[in-house]
Amino acid sequence: MSDTITFSQEIANLLHAVDGEPLKTCIQCGTCSGTCPAVPYMDHTPRLLISMINRGMKDEVMESNTFWYCASCYHCSVRCPQDIDITELMYALKRYSIWRRQYKEGLIGPTFSESFVKMIVRSGRSFEPILATSYIFSFNTREFLQEIQGATELLIKGRLPLLPARIKRLENFRRMIGRIIPMGGLE
Amino acid sequence: MKEFAYFPGCSLEKMASSYHMSALETTKRLGVKLNELDDWNCCGATTYFYIDELLAYTLCARNLAIAEKTGLDVVAPCSACYKNMFFTAAHLKKDEDLAEHVNFALEEDNLHFNGNVNVKHLIEVFAEDIGPEELKRSVTKPLEGMKIAPYYGCQIVRPQKEKENVEQPQFFEEILSALGATPVNFPLKMRCCGGSLILSSRIAALNMLRNLLQSAVDAQASVIATACPLCQVNLEVYQQQVNLEFGTNFSVPIMYFTQLVGMAQGIPNKQLGIGKEFVAIKPTPFKAEPVWGLPRKTTKE
Repeated sequence: MSDTITFSQEIANLLHAVDGEPLKTCIQCGTCSGTCPAVPYMDHTPRLLISMINRGMKDEVMESNTFWYCASCYHCSVRCPQDIDITELMYALKRYSIWRRQYKEGLIGPTFSESFVKMIVRSGRSFEPILATSYIFSFNTREFLQEIQGATELLIKGRLPLLPARIKRLENFRRMIGRIIPMGGLE
Repeated sequence: MKEFAYFPGCSLEKMASSYHMSALETTKRLGVKLNELDDWNCCGATTYFYIDELLAYTLCARNLAIAEKTGLDVVAPCSACYKNMFFTAAHLKKDEDLAEHVNFALEEDNLHFNGNVNVKHLIEVFAEDIGPEELKRSVTKPLEGMKIAPYYGCQIVRPQKEKENVEQPQFFEEILSALGATPVNFPLKMRCCGGSLILSSRIAALNMLRNLLQSAVDAQASVIATACPLCQVNLEVYQQQVNLEFGTNFSVPIMYFTQLVGMAQGIPNKQLGIGKEFVAIKPTPFKAEPVWGLPRKTTKE
């Protein structure tokens, strides 16, 4: 029991239903990096990130914006010759980083995720105007104005909801969630 | 008469109400009945799945259990909802421990998932359950001369389920051909629209959108057809921002495939939700008088 687990083992443990450490089978071919549509904006390519995990570079990985730029398009996953589900890896890293509250400064992803989850727990449905408050104040003035303009046009065309939708059996729904997150999930 | 349990998903309530309207109108004419699920909840989108998988599976399982009670297969028009529900059903069928845990939570809403429901995307219903032949028979106003880019996006075809073609599927092209339109060779048809990056990592998403729009324009498409509300909203609502960011002047209408089906079936625009878009569809240059389309707004060339 004295053995501490390595960073790459920790990450492997976060992947759904896998045995062993799939990341160790990576042959560094770079198919994922060549496929990824968001790669020009990432601090590290997916190939490099896998290599960093395998080398145990925990702090550098956590400080990377790479997994927050994953749009979960699964293009890398279907092309990986070693069948590594790279998208699932990016999910695992997001999860890990939110749990530890350790992520690169200035990212919108983590706060956006948190308000999304709270919204669903509260009403069972998604409601765009509430969601917007989680990211819109991080925008610069031009982005902010563009977003307002877009929202106004959507509103005029009747495409924005004014009142949040709620499911009918909300009490049951919340108790259902309480059985998954027994404490602290519902404030 | 084919019948399905229908899970519209949050976007179709308002943002993509034209998808909802056109889905119901067109399937009705094809003898397919879509019964909206009672008291459905959000599928968890992408976000829930990376925050807490167990909770995400539970959210989807609730909808699956409600659908199972009807004895019908469940259909989702949104690619993200579809992917989430499809893989939740698959995991729960395979993993007894997971199913037990999730069912323990579902008890609170007097539900139980037995694993007897299949999940389909709406476009699969058109491509497989209805099929191009039957679809063609329902066409009264063929979309002749209309060049359309079939945009598959991500989560209809990915992740891979069995051995299906994930690089060059053809079912979208077949649907468009059945309508009398010309599907163009759209090289980026399988690329991502950016999804929720449009909110969290805007510049990356705008760049992806620019590439898609450019690819469609290069292929001489006059319309991009989508089968997902997120793809539609990103490509359309943020098209102007792409133009501002990259100095381009795209003006490409983005239509739900069901709206195109409806146009070919001669359904009035209003019933298909046409008129709610940012970039209005232009009349075909191949016809003297527009048999379809919207003359109400001029778009800049």
